[in-house]
Amino acid sequence: MVFAVDWAGVAQQVVAGLSSGGIYAILAVAFVLIYRATGVVNFAQGELAMFSTFVAWTLTQHGFGYWPAFVVTVLASFAGGIALERVVIRPVERASVLTIAIVTIGLFYVVNGAAFWIWSPEVKSMPNAFSTRPIRIAGVAFSISDLGIIGVSLLTVLVLWLFFRFTKLGLAMRAAALNPESSRLTGIRVSWTIALGWGLATALGAVAGLMAAPPLGSFDQNFMQPILLYAFAGAVLGGIDSALGAVIGSLALGVFLNLLGTYVSWVGTDLRQAAALAVILVVLLVRPAGLFGTTAVTRV
Amino acid sequence: MPLLELRGVAARYGALQALRGIDLSVDEGEIVAVLGANGAGKTTTLRAISATVKTSGDLVFAGERVPRRPEAVARVGIAHVPEGRGTFAQLSVDENLRLGAHVRRDRAGVKADYDRTLQRFPILAERRGQAAGTLSGGEQQQLALARALMQRPRLLLLDEPSLGLAPRVVADFFAVIGELNEQEGLSVLVVEQNASLALASSARAYVLEVGRVAVAGASAELQRHESVRRSYLGY
Repeated sequence: MVFAVDWAGVAQQVVAGLSSGGIYAILAVAFVLIYRATGVVNFAQGELAMFSTFVAWTLTQHGFGYWPAFVVTVLASFAGGIALERVVIRPVERASVLTIAIVTIGLFYVVNGAAFWIWSPEVKSMPNAFSTRPIRIAGVAFSISDLGIIGVSLLTVLVLWLFFRFTKLGLAMRAAALNPESSRLTGIRVSWTIALGWGLATALGAVAGLMAAPPLGSFDQNFMQPILLYAFAGAVLGGIDSALGAVIGSLALGVFLNLLGTYVSWVGTDLRQAAALAVILVVLLVRPAGLFGTTAVTRV
Repeated sequence: MPLLELRGVAARYGALQALRGIDLSVDEGEIVAVLGANGAGKTTTLRAISATVKTSGDLVFAGERVPRRPEAVARVGIAHVPEGRGTFAQLSVDENLRLGAHVRRDRAGVKADYDRTLQRFPILAERRGQAAGTLSGGEQQQLALARALMQRPRLLLLDEPSLGLAPRVVADFFAVIGELNEQEGLSVLVVEQNASLALASSARAYVLEVGRVAVAGASAELQRHESVRRSYLGY
């Protein structure tokens, strides 16, 4: 049987996969941030991103354009994340990892419920962030939206990296995550660096939610849940304690799932979440530390 | 008035009473040693000062009560080099040094101290980009000291600096401490297992036994003290 590969189609699907993967990457980096600071996966990360997206949607209903709403929402999410840590996490700061994890699961349901209570359950739609026209590169039509999302994702990760690598505060946050005891002795207010980590992670979630919502066409209060799963799979694949690993893992997962959905007809869109779960399972069985991680997940 | 004064300081870890009310002082520009067997409360004395253990009693530094949070203690001018050195193994030498200056706002002063520190410890200048965890034990002890100095402290707390180091390296380390004390008037409170070395390098010393001060006095006198000699110097 003669089998002609449609390379233009493959290129399009790879770019679309990188676009989804970029969104997972932002959320995955938020996971890593909180995991490194507190040793806990924040299960509410996706719902917080959903809540931020609904705040932005409300702004767009009151005359804000997409990008002004984006900026306001990301800043508000940063402040909200800090406030949330002070109120909800601070009281259990010294409790076991399991306790904190359960608190974040509780937070998942509270935030989800609050969003249903504040915004009616009808689906919403978000104005587009980027032009919906295609752009031709080397004769292949790509979606400007996909390229824009990839750009925003990479830019977000780059800004975060610069912050952690080159600023005094970023260095203090890394130190506090590595060794809280020694950090306190050098005068770092560790409790505040954790709050700041929550602020950054929540702001990252807002970026992820605001990138994810417009291409969906319509979304409701549960729209971040599959994305949370993909981001988690990406982070596990790359290594939950490695930001670079989480980014690479998420991008790879985005491309893999997209190609799988497109070219393996029986997977389609229905089994994508199952495929992501399979990735988590295989990684945890074969290489628990992930591709770039250093510590295996052995907490009990 | 002493720079640091402890009056009736007690500390406990849960049910374990580690300090049972000790009085201790360090004068400005003085090197003071704390000796004692394992579990006598030497490390706890330092931890009590830097508030990494819960305390009762009075702790006064430069005329003010010592704050009861470690991050605040660092800000009043007390630098603590803890057991195990407390360097950040995964971070570079450069990053460790910059972290030392975290509490300072005087950028120009920090820059000057950074350059001076690298001159004092040439090996650290050489390894500036290396992760601290890749350094040898002696180099790590130098880094721990250098990082504490970046804080520009008035009082330096050293916990067992000789632990796990070759005698030659230990001697060099104490020589540097002596230099800092003479040239810059740095006050030092050092906890040490190696009693002969500690007594030789300090002006005064305290001997702790089960959480209390058993003997205190000038180091030169303690070197001749009957029971100190038998218990800690071994002759």
